[in-house]
Amino acid sequence: MRELEYPFDGELILKKSKKIKRALLEGRSDFTKKRIAVLGGSTTHDIIRVLELFLLEQGICPVFYESEYAQYWQDVMFDNPELLSFAPDLIFIHTSNRNITVWPSVPDPQERVDGLLAEQYDHFRVMWEKIAQVYHCPVIQNNFEYPSYRLLGNQEGVYPQGRISFVNRLNEKFYQYAREHGNFYIHDINYLSASYGLDRWADSLYWHMYKYACCMQAIPVFSYNLANIIKSVFGRNKKALVLDLDNTLWGGVVGDDGPENLEIGQETPMGQVYSEFQSYVKAQKEIGVMLAVNSKNEYDNAMAGLNHPEGVLRPDDFVLIKANWEPKSDNTTAIAQELNILPDSLVFVDDNPAEREIVSAQTAGVAVPEIGTPEQYIRVLDHSGFFEVTSLSEDDRKRNEMYRANMARKVQQERFADYREYLLSLEMQGTIRPFEAVYMARIAQLTNKSNQFNLTTRRFTQAQIETFAADSAYITRYGKLTDRFGDNGVVSVVIGRLGTMADVEVYSRGETPGDVACQPEKQTKEAPGSVACQLEKQIKEAAGSELCPRGEQGMPDADVLHLELWLMSCRVLKRDMEYAMMDSMVAACRECGAGTIMGYYYPTAKNAMVKEFYQTMGFEKTDETDTGVTIWKFEIPAEYEKKNTVIDVESAS
Amino acid sequence: MSREEVFDRLNEVFRDVFDDEEITVTDATTADDIEEWDSLEHINLLAAVEQEFGMKFNMGQVVSMKNVGEMADIIISQIG
Repeated sequence: MRELEYPFDGELILKKSKKIKRALLEGRSDFTKKRIAVLGGSTTHDIIRVLELFLLEQGICPVFYESEYAQYWQDVMFDNPELLSFAPDLIFIHTSNRNITVWPSVPDPQERVDGLLAEQYDHFRVMWEKIAQVYHCPVIQNNFEYPSYRLLGNQEGVYPQGRISFVNRLNEKFYQYAREHGNFYIHDINYLSASYGLDRWADSLYWHMYKYACCMQAIPVFSYNLANIIKSVFGRNKKALVLDLDNTLWGGVVGDDGPENLEIGQETPMGQVYSEFQSYVKAQKEIGVMLAVNSKNEYDNAMAGLNHPEGVLRPDDFVLIKANWEPKSDNTTAIAQELNILPDSLVFVDDNPAEREIVSAQTAGVAVPEIGTPEQYIRVLDHSGFFEVTSLSEDDRKRNEMYRANMARKVQQERFADYREYLLSLEMQGTIRPFEAVYMARIAQLTNKSNQFNLTTRRFTQAQIETFAADSAYITRYGKLTDRFGDNGVVSVVIGRLGTMADVEVYSRGETPGDVACQPEKQTKEAPGSVACQLEKQIKEAAGSELCPRGEQGMPDADVLHLELWLMSCRVLKRDMEYAMMDSMVAACRECGAGTIMGYYYPTAKNAMVKEFYQTMGFEKTDETDTGVTIWKFEIPAEYEKKNTVIDVESAS
Repeated sequence: MSREEVFDRLNEVFRDVFDDEEITVTDATTADDIEEWDSLEHINLLAAVEQEFGMKFNMGQVVSMKNVGEMADIIISQIG
């Protein structure tokens, strides 16, 4: 919705929030529900009111828990039963410099200031540790904004007794904690308040009248920034920038003016602006953003522009270059298809409002920012937060090369008449192993991002992924795929849970026995799983090796593997990786004495491509519920013939 | 700006903030007259009024304001 896209009119949002919310709820129905606990050190009412709008805009329907005024610490430390039973998917801690209780004073010796710093930090650290222990969910924590006045003037940051020095040091300790703990994210209100204007931000009327940590008018900016982190944590970042060329990446029209007359480089002020923008765009690759061109141009002219000696971006920085006379909306759709991603993962950047309009109207879901004039491009794209970084995996940094390699594979494919011959020519090597520490972030990211090749579309946080990996009731496998054109990274994830045929009923409802049995803090007394939970504990204690969780010694009747998750990145479609994963699951079952594999397909708006997937894997359909869930059974035969014959797999054994 | 104009524009602001097209405010209107007008909505309302008229209430005014009439008085005194 235009009203909620950066740059937005915050005051309009504040005034018309009720009307906007109604329109958002009427506009779509495919929301993902998330339970978000807001634990405040100051008033949070309007932060939540506006945050809800920005999350709805991202397709997330939030249910909020709001702590009583300034009870953030008590709620966590004294196990507020309401918060426990709320079972948040995410906790946001809204504290500000108004919550710093032990400021140093000028006469304090350095050692005392250090002591106060440690004391103030520990107040937060114990709370975060408690959250990690009890809630296992992502945490977003504000850092601290600068104070609004400076007793030591310009030396506030120099003397350790100064409040700016104290805030800087405290913030650095927060960052250190974030670096060392996954699932913990900083909400940078220090930057935000500076960007907004600290004097306006810190208008003390709002603190003294209403106990707001910042002024009312800053709340939309605040909530927008926060919503960006939340949508990123839940896997709703954009993936690619689709860029126009003329007057977007350089000044002038290459076809009319000739490449030698384009404004790019250090010669003119406008040329410098475009150079800086090209550098900004190029740097996006480092955080895993894919770049594509969508330009109305002769292809040769586009290439001449991109090879301009003063340019920063080069043709091989782009995974795809569409320079033709097709409507830009058609090109945008084609780009999404060729990259195997959905249009709602794209950001289209064009200086021309008419082109923006056609893409916006014809290609549902594409983000089309009003990027303003060239000197504003960077700010608008940056503050929009399309690619908000919450984890930086190796795969992110290499994504562009991976997709470029994919394009090379396509060329290769055209040279082979026989598809199997083509696959063999790729010299594919796979690694299929139980979840390992280095890949937890990527695995969690995949569970949140994969929509199309995803049988159950269950979303998990990194903490949950780690829990599965450590739990002997689960068989987990990730799959990596490398070929002669490059490393695709981790591309497939399967999670199975050992149980009995009786569990099928739970799965057919879209639930899992783990939901009821193994999360004691969410459990009610009557929960049918309580016996199971104890049993599970015994089994876990009795379980032997990691690879053979239950074994025959543990629970002889846990001989059915229920596939709770099976997903694959679309970048490796039709490479037989799914067959390799199947072989690996069969091998894992053998080791544990499980003779049956049960698969479940939960239909969503986006995963129709795998509706019949289990059939191709050799499963038989046993049931179909009235909600469209299909249930599939695979009895492992005495002689199982490996289905994958083209990937050389190194696996766990 | 005439007092009448101020009230016309105030009506618009109240209708937006409380999402109710039926609202018409008068000099005597107070929080008791509008169901959703609680202390939290009050903050939002004042911010919206400030934006509409391009002015700011100071803390003393916020604390002492008794009804919409007094609100209109302050607005008129500030924007002339």
